[in-house]
Amino acid sequence: MRTLQALLERVRANRREFGAAAALAAAVTLLGFVIPAVRDRMARAPLAAGQFLLLVLFVAAFWVVPSDFTRRMRKNPLSVVGFSLIVLFVAIAVLAPILAPPPPTSRDPYLIPQEGFGAIPRPPRSGHPFGTTERQYDLYYGIVWGTRTALRVSIIVIAIAAVIGVVLGGLAGYYGGRIDEVIMRVTDVFLAFPGLVLAVTVVAVLGRSLDNIMIAIAIVHWPTYARLLRGDILTVRGRDYVEAARAAGAGDLRIILRHVIPNAIYPFMVLSSLDMGLIVIIAAALSFLGLGAEVGYADWGMLINLSRDWIVGSPGNPFAYWYVLIFPGAAIFLFVLGWNLLGDAFRDILDPRLRGAS
Amino acid sequence: MATYIARRLMLLPLVAFGVTILIFALLQFLHPAIRAGAFITNPNQLKAIDAIIKKYGLDQPVYVQYWTWLREVFHGNLGWSQSVRLPVLDAIIAFFPTTLELTLYAFVPIMIVGVWLGTAAAVHRDKVVDHLSRVFSISFRSLPSFVWGLLILMVFYGRFNWFPPGRLSLEADLFVRSAQFTKYTGLMTADALLNGQLWIFFDALRHLAGPALTLTMVSVALLVRVTRSSMLEALSQDYVRTARAKGLAPAVVNTRHARKNALIPVITLSSLTIVGLLNGVVIIETIFNYPGIGRWGAFAAQQLDIPGVTGFTMFIAALTVLGNLAADIMYAYFDPRIRLQ
Repeated sequence: MRTLQALLERVRANRREFGAAAALAAAVTLLGFVIPAVRDRMARAPLAAGQFLLLVLFVAAFWVVPSDFTRRMRKNPLSVVGFSLIVLFVAIAVLAPILAPPPPTSRDPYLIPQEGFGAIPRPPRSGHPFGTTERQYDLYYGIVWGTRTALRVSIIVIAIAAVIGVVLGGLAGYYGGRIDEVIMRVTDVFLAFPGLVLAVTVVAVLGRSLDNIMIAIAIVHWPTYARLLRGDILTVRGRDYVEAARAAGAGDLRIILRHVIPNAIYPFMVLSSLDMGLIVIIAAALSFLGLGAEVGYADWGMLINLSRDWIVGSPGNPFAYWYVLIFPGAAIFLFVLGWNLLGDAFRDILDPRLRGAS
Repeated sequence: MATYIARRLMLLPLVAFGVTILIFALLQFLHPAIRAGAFITNPNQLKAIDAIIKKYGLDQPVYVQYWTWLREVFHGNLGWSQSVRLPVLDAIIAFFPTTLELTLYAFVPIMIVGVWLGTAAAVHRDKVVDHLSRVFSISFRSLPSFVWGLLILMVFYGRFNWFPPGRLSLEADLFVRSAQFTKYTGLMTADALLNGQLWIFFDALRHLAGPALTLTMVSVALLVRVTRSSMLEALSQDYVRTARAKGLAPAVVNTRHARKNALIPVITLSSLTIVGLLNGVVIIETIFNYPGIGRWGAFAAQQLDIPGVTGFTMFIAALTVLGNLAADIMYAYFDPRIRLQ
């Protein structure tokens, strides 16, 4: 509640900037109503349109209302690029039902519609702006809905890994002693595997599916979070304000939640931002190996897997099937690039010691 | 130094124990009939699967099973890998030299390019080289290795036909399998030279170039970054300033005074780089159809060949643990400040 009040206060203090943001949102809406094709699609998916407007308002408010964060970010053009890329991908994900409406007969919008069952990929043409893969899955549809898959996978994985990491890392760092020793040795065991290798094993044992990919990557990733939080807590634990809170009679849980974690959270944000990209790469790699989403599910790694047999074109035309690799490859590249740039920017902003170090 | 290494060595069995527990815990998700595969050493036994479940006590309590399993693993019986129709241990022995060769051919360029580019970026901080190395590093980091691999195949195999997939071309493969060719090391390029067959050497090199180039591109960024920041730190030290003030040539100061000290973390990182390469080979060997241990691991996972996957994973984990240990020891050896703590 208090944060909401603070936000409203901010908005009131920057009425003109916020007005501009609202005007932008209104303009986008109006544009949608003026073009009939867009209007029809929006009418079919009003929820997505509403979410998109909220997103525009939120991003505009974040960007326009001055804060320490945005001021530092504006100084670094690369971080602005990263931020824009992420906003773009979130917008694509939100607008998926409007950008690529699922056919009326489809039972699950994540299943890419097929046009016939022809074995050979066909180039971009009207109705299929990015072309179709083997067995005629529409690449454009797959990439648009694959954005949702990518965001969902990385957010869920980070949520699981962060929760396990916070709990175990918190216990280890705060209580120290034997608990710390045991938990750290457990992380040692998990870190004894290269990430992808362990993930491959877990998926092979649990069975191939997107859910199991998420579980596998979370299993691989939690030790990093646990170690990070433990290290941060060790440095924060001895600070005066923690001592003061304890002297005032605060319990362990309250100290951890109210004093220790908020002060150890910044490196966490940097790590999770860089991880968003990394997780999408690992998930795509597993899908690429054929361990992930079923063929035809909107997932970038699956699309690239479909391109594997079409790397070498026909005689005299070596790049005949370029579109089956380039479009999904570009989607992954831009998505991961966005998160990497944003993560680097977070690191520069939140940890002044590292500024310009890498 | 001795106590430091002793402490690290004492942790080793503990981690190894944990690794076996983790693998065993994963195996518990499977039906006993699938797990029995781990005790099979030749395909004829597959028919008598129920007897094997009984014989190896897969219906017994978990801790008994763990003990039985561990004993088999220690005796080198890792089971039967159905995907390549070999016992797991034989498969590891057959595939590992191939991967080792690829790793070596990627490792050398990674170290050379990484150290060179990192040093140049630090010495010319905020100049063109620095910015270029940043752009390269972030874009190589952002494009997954399998997209890089497929792009390289598309251009250098599809268009130019320079780097074909596989390990050898057909005629070279036939020659290697014939009696005229002795396998000394399992590393194809070394064997070719030892046999005095230059054309096989170049053929193997051509097939190595694609995967090695891909591995280099996806792994070099980390080394560049570490070299650069370590070099920047060294350049800001007093002894560097003193050397400059004495009027030594900048190139001498950079290489003799600064880089020598800046390379300590880089040497440590080198063994971790090899571990990273072992992670990368799963994808890259699959793309380039390069018959190494990574392709076997991925293939086993696709074929639900559980003994194959677990054997592969345990082998890679063992290498990783040894690599980490080597990194710790080298760090202590090259940096006296660590071992005195």
